[in-house]
Amino acid sequence: MAVVRDDVMPVRSSDDIVRVRQEVRARAIEIGLSLVDQTKIVTAASELARNTLDYGGGGTARLEIVHEGMRRGLRLTFEDEGPGIPDIALALKDGWTSGKGLGLGLSGARRLSNEFTLDSRPGEGTRVTIVRWS
Amino acid sequence: MDRIPILKMGDALLITIQVDMHDRLALALEEDLTAKIAATRAKGVLIDISSLEIVDSFIGRMLDNIAAVSRMLDADTVVVGMRPAVAITLVELGLSLTGVKTALNVERGMLLIQKRLRGLGDFSGRRS
Amino acid sequence: MAATADWNGVIARRRDEIIQGWLNFLRAEGALQTGRIKDAELQSECGRVLALVAPDLAHAGDRSPASDELSQTLSALSRSRALQGFTPSETANFVLGLKPALFGAVAAEYAGQGDLIAAATLDATRKLDRLALITIEAYQRSREEVIIRQQREISELSTPVVKLWDGILALPLIGTLDSERTQVVMENLLQSIVDTSAEIAIIDITGVPTVDTLVAQHLLKTVAAARLMGADCVVSGIRPQIAQTMVHLGVELNVVSKASLADALALALQRIGKRVTDVPQALAAPDYSR
Ligand SMILES: Nc1ncnc2c1ncn2[C@@H]1O[C@H](COP(=O)(O)OP(=O)(O)OP(=O)(O)O)[C@@H](O)[C@H]1O
Ligand SMILES: [Mg+2]
Repeated sequence: MAVVRDDVMPVRSSDDIVRVRQEVRARAIEIGLSLVDQTKIVTAASELARNTLDYGGGGTARLEIVHEGMRRGLRLTFEDEGPGIPDIALALKDGWTSGKGLGLGLSGARRLSNEFTLDSRPGEGTRVTIVRWS
Repeated sequence: MDRIPILKMGDALLITIQVDMHDRLALALEEDLTAKIAATRAKGVLIDISSLEIVDSFIGRMLDNIAAVSRMLDADTVVVGMRPAVAITLVELGLSLTGVKTALNVERGMLLIQKRLRGLGDFSGRRS
Repeated sequence: MAATADWNGVIARRRDEIIQGWLNFLRAEGALQTGRIKDAELQSECGRVLALVAPDLAHAGDRSPASDELSQTLSALSRSRALQGFTPSETANFVLGLKPALFGAVAAEYAGQGDLIAAATLDATRKLDRLALITIEAYQRSREEVIIRQQREISELSTPVVKLWDGILALPLIGTLDSERTQVVMENLLQSIVDTSAEIAIIDITGVPTVDTLVAQHLLKTVAAARLMGADCVVSGIRPQIAQTMVHLGVELNVVSKASLADALALALQRIGKRVTDVPQALAAPDYSR
């Protein structure tokens, strides 16, 4: 898999979340995703960026355009050095929230992506990576 | 900080969401609207989201909250103009917004509210 | 270290001879027979590719500075070959056909230096084989693109959304639904709802022999999405086996369904406040068939 373009953005405020959404949209258009697929990845990005801010205490969003064979994809990585997720399986369950959310962010982002990986260690931080292929 | 304007249209309030909302703006809207329903005794709230390119769980929750608060204040909430791509994504996300009523556009939404005011139609819960 | 062939020099000195040999090979293989490509065109392609092959052969490693341009040129060539209807072997033969001409040139240039010729031939074989693979891959890729585009076009063509009445749409589905097609069709339906301001959409699956779980789920998601947009869906013509599949999925709860398209239309008309009634005999339109 070849990385064609690579940008890192801060996720430190709710304005940053808006900016991440806009950048993800621009990249999604660039790689030729359909309108529905654009909407899916932008929504997933919004969910994950908000988690990075709310639970991770802020962090970064990395936007990469990747090529693999004939397909192009958008790979997004959200990373923070926050408290981490003690029970990943639980956090991924529809409707589970430790706060006042709907508990749909992680599970929803997973459904909205073609690939989804979550790495988290209590006390060290959380990294979520998603890919949407064209 | 900017706020989203709330217009009064007859017995209903109309909110047109035009910007990519950041979270504080959404929270402010929830508060403003609650106050406005109480002050104007509006019987319906129309939220036009036809300009929105995405609805995530945060905005979804805001819409649900507005509907729940309005209900307690005896007003019905109708979300109008959701785009197809947004609707498809929202379903995939797992959000069904069961508490809110929906209409294709402002005009239809207004009809829905008027029907209920005239005691016509079943407005107790939208068939699904 | 043993002397190596000076590819740039060989190709520069014997360019015309190599191209002629290459063309003769291609002509003998029948590259021109079908008339899909003209001799002059083939000749200019050979010249263009040879100019890029030379620095690639002269380069010691696997990838020379010319590699990228070379593979792009070859990919573009294979692409047009694929679209013109050439077979994969005809396409690969274009590059492979350069071998005999090149080997002939090296043999003539270094007459008597057997080791050098053998080493050069081996090296060129390896590189040209790799280039042939690139052409095959590009060929395959453009065929796949064509197939994907056609599939999409077919599924759009085969599922028209029709307006039955002001505010009422119908989507008569016919044939097997796979997940991909269902998705395209459903997106079309939702867009049509917006375009025509429809309040009710009837999804008629009378013509659908089977529905697997994925398709059933798409159907349900479409109904849910339409609701979010402010429109209702009615599913009609569900076959008994399909009903069973749906029940096993636990999905029967959330869709309004009717046995036939006619029943669904009656329901839809009622929803938008219309009624179909019998007209008394005397007022009915005269029957011209008698
Ligand atoms: N980056 C993170 N760092 C630490 N904990 C996290 C992180 N992301 C998610 N979590 C934990 O996982 C839970 C589930 O996250 P998810 O996004 O699915 O739901 P939510 O944020 O609680 O609600 P929603 O996103 O629906 O508004 C969170 O409540 C939180 O406890
Ligand atoms: Mg969340």
